[in-house]
Amino acid sequence: MAVDTVKPVSASSAAPSPEKTRREVNVLAGFGHAFLAVWALLIIAPLVWTFLASFKTNEEIFGDAWTMPGALRLDNWARAWSEANVGQYFLNSVFVVSLSTAGTMLLGAMAAYVLARYSFWGNRAIYYLFVSGLAFPVFLALVPLFFVVRNLGLLNSYVGLILVYIAYSLPFTVFFLAAFFKSLPNSVAEAATMDGASHTRLFFQVMMPMARSGLISITIFNVIGQWNQYLLPLALLQGEGAEEKWVLTQGIANISTSAGFDADWGGLFAALTMAILPMIVIYAIFQRQIQSGLTSGAVK
Amino acid sequence: MRHGKYPFVIGFLAAPVTIYVVFVIAPYAQAFYMALTNWRGLSPGQFIGLENFTRLFQDDVFWKALQHHGILLLALPLITIIIALFLAFMLNVGGGSQKGVMTGVWGSKFYRVVFFLPQVLAVAILGVLFQAIYRPDGSGMINSLVAKLGLEPIGFLINPDLALWSIIAVLVWQAVGFYVVLFSAGMSNIPKDIYEAAMLDGATRMSMFFRVTLPLLWDTLQVAWVYLGIAAFDAFAIVQTLSVDQGGPDGSTTVIGMEIYRNAFTYSKYGYASAMGVALFFLTITFAALSLRVSRRESVEM
Repeated sequence: MAVDTVKPVSASSAAPSPEKTRREVNVLAGFGHAFLAVWALLIIAPLVWTFLASFKTNEEIFGDAWTMPGALRLDNWARAWSEANVGQYFLNSVFVVSLSTAGTMLLGAMAAYVLARYSFWGNRAIYYLFVSGLAFPVFLALVPLFFVVRNLGLLNSYVGLILVYIAYSLPFTVFFLAAFFKSLPNSVAEAATMDGASHTRLFFQVMMPMARSGLISITIFNVIGQWNQYLLPLALLQGEGAEEKWVLTQGIANISTSAGFDADWGGLFAALTMAILPMIVIYAIFQRQIQSGLTSGAVK
Repeated sequence: MRHGKYPFVIGFLAAPVTIYVVFVIAPYAQAFYMALTNWRGLSPGQFIGLENFTRLFQDDVFWKALQHHGILLLALPLITIIIALFLAFMLNVGGGSQKGVMTGVWGSKFYRVVFFLPQVLAVAILGVLFQAIYRPDGSGMINSLVAKLGLEPIGFLINPDLALWSIIAVLVWQAVGFYVVLFSAGMSNIPKDIYEAAMLDGATRMSMFFRVTLPLLWDTLQVAWVYLGIAAFDAFAIVQTLSVDQGGPDGSTTVIGMEIYRNAFTYSKYGYASAMGVALFFLTITFAALSLRVSRRESVEM
């Protein structure tokens, strides 16, 4: 853009005086600053409040909400971890999500790679079959899914839940990674093939390492998505002994719904903090990748 | 053609395609058929044609849920986008021109990290958290402040007129950060010299926003609207965990997801629940198609 030709115009009387502009900038900037700070406070305050409440007694919790806890009561945390089974739910979530994310990444990368870099009959059909899954609401499939899982004898089992997590994570994973594999240069692949690398070796030893940044983004995306999943475990982990298998979101939602006034509120807040804290830590470490990963998915 | 291509292709596709077809495609296909039966889980259901749908359209609860989706569909995107747009504008060009380069306000990086944070928290967990925050007496985080001001406590979740809006507020609270980042990405694609030219022409920050940023961001806004609209149809976890009495008080916050879950897993009306799922499917698709069509504009050449 030719800035030079614009300059003389701005110097003319048509432009508002510099003073007026400066005042307008200051007012807006001041208002903007205030709004940014207020919004940041709105995000942080509930989280800090929960953290503080995790050290309070029931009496303190039902008193004024804005008083500090009388002491650092770590026994709330201990109770939540062991008696309210949050420790168990937490480990269940870790177990399920690590296996299902690993499975999603392996299968998703395999499918995306083949669909992106090999031409064969039915390639486009399979690709669109995967991508169409992005458009459907999970709710539509909920009832039949329940019966598919039940008929396979996988209801109330981790195998069933993990397979379902993988299946529902595949559309986005394949969609995202296919574009990524397509963008990788051909020359390296050709050189490896000349050196006698098999297709499988080419994939695991050349292509996977080259696609590392894309794989990391989508791994984080899947970890967050599967860790936060609520509907699928709710529908699929039911029946005899289901409570021991519950994942974290489910367990905490249940503590809260079954809690009456005599309930252990300090324990509930400790449980909430335990559910929130690891996500904040992971977010703090990976926030750059998380933000770019989640938004690059949105801007298709 | 390299040899051994087909065994390799088939070997790599077999597992993912099988899992996907069994757990995603097959259930979707069955849902459409199941919606036409009166299956209740015990005996094999009979084909009853569109009877579930006629019943659905006479079901007051369904209409009420639909009405709530209507409110969500308007309020959620509108409020979220307005707040996110303003915040993103401040973060990216609010600081004015520094040596000819538009910058965000002081502390932009910090704000960007904080705003996005709720996005990584589970909606179900947030439901439980906000239940405590919204508590109707002095022990609730907000009502404690309200009491200090000497005002009557607000029954966020127990007042049928307020309950849905209290839920929408949580959804907005969570969503804004994502759209701030999304819009920031869009804004960074706008060439700096356009702003500079506008600046030299003496454009105010306000007119710069409405005449430069907004039109050039139109595509991103459209994506945001569609995403938030779909989220408005998807609301379930938050209603299940936050609302009084699962969709209450008195059905004032119920959504279709809640009704599908209730009909399927509480009343075992599987056919009926599937019919709701199909209705939801068509609503979502129609919404996405309509909003993409309506908001289509001549894109600005840069």
